[in-house]
Amino acid sequence: MSEEKYLVDIRHEQLSFFTSAGEVKALNDVSIRMKEGEVLGIVGESGSGKSVTAYSIMGLTAQNGRIVGGSVEFNGHRIDEMKEKELRKIRGSEVSIIFQDPMTSLNPVWTVGNQIEESIRLHTEKRGAEVRKRARELLELVGINEPEKRLGQYPHELSGGMRQRVMIAIALACEPKLLIADEPTTALDVTIQAQILELMQDLKKKLGMGIIMITHDLGVVASMCDNIAVMYAGEIVEYGTTDDIFYRPMHEYTKGLLRSIPKFHEKDYERLIPIEGQPVDLLNPPKGCGFAPRCQSCMKICLAKKPPRTDFDGLHYSRCWLLQKEEFLKNREGELSHV
Amino acid sequence: MSENLLEIEHLKQYFPVAGSRKTVKAVDDVSFFIRKGETFGLVGESGCGKTTTGRSILRLTEPTAGKIVYDGNVIFDSESGKKADMLPYRRKMQIVFQDPYASLDPRMTVGDIVGEALDIHKLCRTRAERRERILSLLSTVGLNSEHANRYPHEFSGGQRQRIGIARALAVDPEFIVCDEPVSALDVSIQAQVVNMFEDLQKKLGLTYLFIAHDLSIVNHISGRIGVMYLGHLVEMADADEITFHSMHPYTRSLISAVPIADPKIARSSKRIILSGDVPSPVNPPSGCPFRTRCLYADGRCAEENPAFREEKPGHFVACHHLDQLNPADQSKS
Repeated sequence: MSEEKYLVDIRHEQLSFFTSAGEVKALNDVSIRMKEGEVLGIVGESGSGKSVTAYSIMGLTAQNGRIVGGSVEFNGHRIDEMKEKELRKIRGSEVSIIFQDPMTSLNPVWTVGNQIEESIRLHTEKRGAEVRKRARELLELVGINEPEKRLGQYPHELSGGMRQRVMIAIALACEPKLLIADEPTTALDVTIQAQILELMQDLKKKLGMGIIMITHDLGVVASMCDNIAVMYAGEIVEYGTTDDIFYRPMHEYTKGLLRSIPKFHEKDYERLIPIEGQPVDLLNPPKGCGFAPRCQSCMKICLAKKPPRTDFDGLHYSRCWLLQKEEFLKNREGELSHV
Repeated sequence: MSENLLEIEHLKQYFPVAGSRKTVKAVDDVSFFIRKGETFGLVGESGCGKTTTGRSILRLTEPTAGKIVYDGNVIFDSESGKKADMLPYRRKMQIVFQDPYASLDPRMTVGDIVGEALDIHKLCRTRAERRERILSLLSTVGLNSEHANRYPHEFSGGQRQRIGIARALAVDPEFIVCDEPVSALDVSIQAQVVNMFEDLQKKLGLTYLFIAHDLSIVNHISGRIGVMYLGHLVEMADADEITFHSMHPYTRSLISAVPIADPKIARSSKRIILSGDVPSPVNPPSGCPFRTRCLYADGRCAEENPAFREEKPGHFVACHHLDQLNPADQSKS
């Protein structure tokens, strides 16, 4: 049996930032596999490592950041072993990214047309009028009216939703296999958010690319994603299908997250149940489970040792000592058996 | 019938546009009231004037026109020209800002940030009394005495928001404008702060004007909700009435656009996707402000701005086409 081919295959990735205050372990043993055309959601709070994980697939880490362990494979390339020059060929052609803030991620002194065409010129054989034609097609694809006029406009002449559409057009210029969307709708208003999410779903159906959706909004992943990875303190604490995560959550953090959001569609008032405590300090991470200091069911072992992975049906897994209880007792059975 | 703590009548707030003679009508003829002890939620998209409304009520920006009555006292009336001295009212009306990173002075200790209001209003006679009051305020918001000597940068976003709340509470206010107090916080921390607002309200009998763009949070915390669009209040009713029986086409699309954190519901629910963007408040459309994005708009909408009327008891809405939208609701009334 041949090994299944994955679009993204991250194995035991460890990534650290070396700052003046010391080593910040942003990622601790992160493994992710993603098939072609899959939509993966990565949820977690700020600093949980969701962006860092996704960026490392493009080889994008800040100057002071380094992959210190494990491997990152994308579309057959070993990203962690590639040189900057080689990475540039992949970025924008095989994998592209849209950022949270469409106000700052477009260049204010270039026209929209210039910025879309740049990507086409860099990564394809198209030249001259063909480039212009492709740029116009792309704007039509992302639902921008009067594309010819927009191509000549500067970013400040467009609204936030429109700029995000332009960002998507640039990202899709070379029909990438993977689109990384880093909080693509967080800076937008709800009605515009709904437009952009619908557009992304349409484009996925049309072009069939894989999408990694980074967000803190559980509402966004619920409607968009096939699978979800829940991150906390630089680790994936739970992974599963969207239904696994929402209807059969196993990790205490996932459960807490689901309890802490208001149930908008239900009439009865229910008091929110927050997760107590403060977000983790990555400079002084806890020795054991990252979530232990905030966990209501924290045990002694949680503070001392990192929990191993517990697998459930299908792809669903979680890392929590509570789920290891049965395993634990099974191992002890030997000690209890008769001689 | 409970008393109204705050009555706003025909509030207008215009700003001049730099380099031209035009004005931005940030808030244009908004009227509403807030009852004593309730939470009134104000929702709308960015630029709709919800924050400006909150600031005008406190007269942090001087309103262009209108009337503001606080607890039976007129604090602003453009017609009679009355402008009350705000200092005594600042003790009763406070504000918590959106960005807990920008709203705390980085060079002041937490104790001084909270204590500054005590000094201004001369609420403490001795240093010991001041210190005691600061510590009790910090403990009210879930911080401890050791935090008083630290600086804002040593705190996380959620803790900073608690400091901002302690500062607002320092003068024993009756009314607090909460301007997007949780939108900058992580989801798991949002719930902590929302619960704290609710607890404080119960304990201290506070009245809130809760401004946010997140309808699910506003619906959770508010008794009544006002929906703003392009400087106008387009609908106002009880929170559940807004969520489940809204009348205005804008409110309906806003509600349908809220991402629901339940995959089965999210997959089956139909969204009303609005086309286009919010028009610029410098050049607002004629007639109804929403008509450029409205599915029901016709000639009449372009000519006259619909009146803000009470369609059902306690349910106000401004739209010309309610008969098309709500045959059932209309027959009942």
